[in-house]
Amino acid sequence: MSLQITDLHATLEDGTEILRGVNLTIPKGEVHAIMGPNGSGKSTLSKVIAGHESYLVTVGSVTQDGGEILGKSVDERSRNGIFLAFQYPSEVPGVSNANFIRAALQARLPKGQDIDAVAYYKNLYSKMDLLEMDRKFTARAVNEGFSGGEKKRNEILQMMMLEPEYCILDETDSGLDIDALKIVAKGVNAMRSENRGILLITHYQRLLDYIKPDWVHVMAEGKIVRSGGPELAHELEKDGYEFLKEPALA
Amino acid sequence: MSYDTTNVLDSDTREAIEIDRSRGDFTFPERNKFDAGRGLTSATVDYISNVKNDPDWVREFRHKALKVFQDKPMPTNWATKDLDAIDFDVIRYYLSDGEKPKRSWDDVPADVLETFERLGIPQQERAFLAGVEAQFDSEAAYSNVKEELTKQGVIFCNSTEGLKEHEAIFRPWFGKVIPTGDNKFSALNSAVFSGGSFIYIPKGLKLKQPLQAYFRINSENFGQFERTLIIADEGAELMYMEGCTAPKFETATLHSAVVELVALKGAKIQYVTVQNWSSNVFNLVTKRGIAMEDAEVRWIDCNIGSRLTMKYPGVIMKGKRARGEVISIALANTGQHQDTGAKMIHAADNTTSNVVSKSISVGEGRSTYRGQVHIPKHLKGCKNNTECDALLINSKSRTDTYPAITVKGNQHATQHEASVSQVSDDMLFYMQQRGLNEGQVMFLAVNGLISDLVREFPMEYFVELKRLIDLEMEGSVG
Repeated sequence: MSLQITDLHATLEDGTEILRGVNLTIPKGEVHAIMGPNGSGKSTLSKVIAGHESYLVTVGSVTQDGGEILGKSVDERSRNGIFLAFQYPSEVPGVSNANFIRAALQARLPKGQDIDAVAYYKNLYSKMDLLEMDRKFTARAVNEGFSGGEKKRNEILQMMMLEPEYCILDETDSGLDIDALKIVAKGVNAMRSENRGILLITHYQRLLDYIKPDWVHVMAEGKIVRSGGPELAHELEKDGYEFLKEPALA
Repeated sequence: MSYDTTNVLDSDTREAIEIDRSRGDFTFPERNKFDAGRGLTSATVDYISNVKNDPDWVREFRHKALKVFQDKPMPTNWATKDLDAIDFDVIRYYLSDGEKPKRSWDDVPADVLETFERLGIPQQERAFLAGVEAQFDSEAAYSNVKEELTKQGVIFCNSTEGLKEHEAIFRPWFGKVIPTGDNKFSALNSAVFSGGSFIYIPKGLKLKQPLQAYFRINSENFGQFERTLIIADEGAELMYMEGCTAPKFETATLHSAVVELVALKGAKIQYVTVQNWSSNVFNLVTKRGIAMEDAEVRWIDCNIGSRLTMKYPGVIMKGKRARGEVISIALANTGQHQDTGAKMIHAADNTTSNVVSKSISVGEGRSTYRGQVHIPKHLKGCKNNTECDALLINSKSRTDTYPAITVKGNQHATQHEASVSQVSDDMLFYMQQRGLNEGQVMFLAVNGLISDLVREFPMEYFVELKRLIDLEMEGSVG
C-alpha cells in the first residue's frame, strides 16, 4: 500500500519541462521529506499529484495503492484520500471554516447521507484544541485575514478532519515562528499512522527536528537526486546544496 | 439568531420540500370570461373599466395614464435595448374568469386551487401567514386574512375592492408615492392595473405574522399589472411578502407592477420579494415607499427569475429620523439581465438610509446595479451607506455598477463601497483539493457572498431562497 510515483514528467502549458522523471514511493506508515533548492520542482510535484490543471503530464504514472490516479479530477483524488496542505492557502470570502470543512466532509458521503452535526462539532473542537485554536475560529471565513501561522494551522486542521490516506505538506513550515511550528508538528505527528503516508516538502531542516522523517530525498532540476535517512537532512543543513554542483554521484 | 448557511437543510428536510426546478412550469387551459384582447388602445382601457365597474375617477385616471404611456419614449437611452423586444400590440392586458376572490380555498376553482397547491400557498398560509392573496392572471382568486385581524381594523383585499369600498383611505394615497408619469411602465400600469393588494394597518397595531401575496401568470402573451398600496398607520408594523411564478412560454410575457408603501409616523413596513418568474418574463416594476417621522421602510428584494428585470425600490424619507433600507440579491444566469438597484431620497433632517446589493452573474448572465442617493443642501444629519458586491462565476458574465450619489451640504455622512470578485483559479483548485466539485465550489462561493443577507429574509423564505439558488447554480455549473 503506497503512493508510487514512476518516471513522472510534467510540463507547463508553454512546454517548459518542470518534472524530469521523478521516482518516489511513499508506503503507508512512513514519513518522507523532500528537500531541495528553489525551482527544483518540489511544489510542482505536489500540485501534479493533486491534479492541478496548469501542468501537463507527458510521461509517467502516479498510483495510489496500485490504482492509477492521473486523469482523475482534483476533487475525486481528494475524496479518494490525497490531501495537499498548501504553501499559500486561498481565502474563501464569506464561507466559515466550520461550514467549509463540513461541506468537504459532506462531499465524501453517499448521496442522501448527512453529517451528524453534534459529532462533527465535537470532533472539530477536539482537533482545534490540539492545535491550540480559539473556538471563534469556526465562524471566521476561511483564511480571510488569517496570519501566516493561522493559515498553516488551518491546513493541518483540515487535514486532521478529512483523515486522508496520503498527506502532502508543501512548505508548511515556511513563515512560521518556533511556537507555531511546534503546534503544526504536533498536529502532523498526531496524524502519523500505519494507515497513512506523509510527504513533507521543505526548504529547511528545522521542520524535521519536530517531525522525524523515515526518509529524506533531495530534489534538483525536476528529479530526485539523492535519498537517505534523517541524517541526510542534517548534512544538507551543514553543507547546503553545494554537492549538486559536483558531478552526479554514480 | 444565526443560521448555518451551508447545510441549512438535512436531506430529509430537503426531500420534504424538494420540488423539481420546473415546479412553476405548468399551465391550465384558459377559460376566461373576460379577455381585453390584444393590443392597447383607449377601448382596451374602457373594456377593463367596464368589466371592473370602475368609479369615474378611476376610469379618468386610467385614460390619462394611457396618454402618458403613449407619449413617453422607451428608456432605451439609458436602459438595455432588449426593452425593444416587447411588442405591446400582441399582449393581452386583461384576462379573468369573472369570479370574485374567494375567502375559502374550497370555493376556488379546481385548476386554480391545484395551481396554488402545487406552489405551496395554502400550506404556507396554514403554517405561518396572517393573510394571503393569490392572484391568477388579472384578478385575485383567493383573498383572506385572519378574522381577528379584520376585527382589529386590518384591511387586506385587492386593489379593486380597496378603491371602491375603502375610498376614503385608498384614494388620498393612490398614485401619490409613484405618480403616473414617473416612468413609462408606471404609466402603463396606471392605465391597465388590476389586482394587487390594498392593505391598511390601524394605528399602533403590530402584525406578528406576515401577509403574503402570490402572483401567478397562467396565460400566454399576457401582461400582469397588479397595483399594490400598503398603508401602515401611526406606530403600526407589518411584513408583506410576495412571490411569483409563470410557466415558460415560447413568447415574451410582461409583468409590470406598481407598489406604493406609506409608513406614517413611527410605522414600520418590511416588503419582501422573491422573484422567480420564468426566463421569458419582462419584469418591469416600480416600487417606492414614503416614510414619515420616525418611520421605517425596508425593501428586501431577491431576483432570481425573469428575462429582464428592471426594478429600483426606493424610499422617500419625508419625516425626521425616518429610515429607508434596500437589501437586494440578484442572480443572473445565461439569458438573464437583472437590472436592479435602489433610490434613497432624503427629505428631512437626520434621516438614514442603507443599501446593500449583492449580485451574482453566472454563465452569460448580466447584472447591473443602479443606485440613486439624494440629500439636498438644506438638510442636516443625514446618513447613507451603500454597499454593492458583485460575483462573477464565469468569464462571459458581466456586471456593471452605476451609482449616483447627490449630496449637497456638509452635515451629512455617506459611504459607498463596491466590489467585484471572481472565483479565481487558485480558489477553485484549493476548494476542489478538499473534495468539492466545481458546482459545490460555486455554490459555496455564492453562499459566502449572500449568507449575511439571506438572514434578513423570514425563515420560510430563507429556506425557499437557498433552495432556488441551489437549483439555479446546479443547472449552470459543473
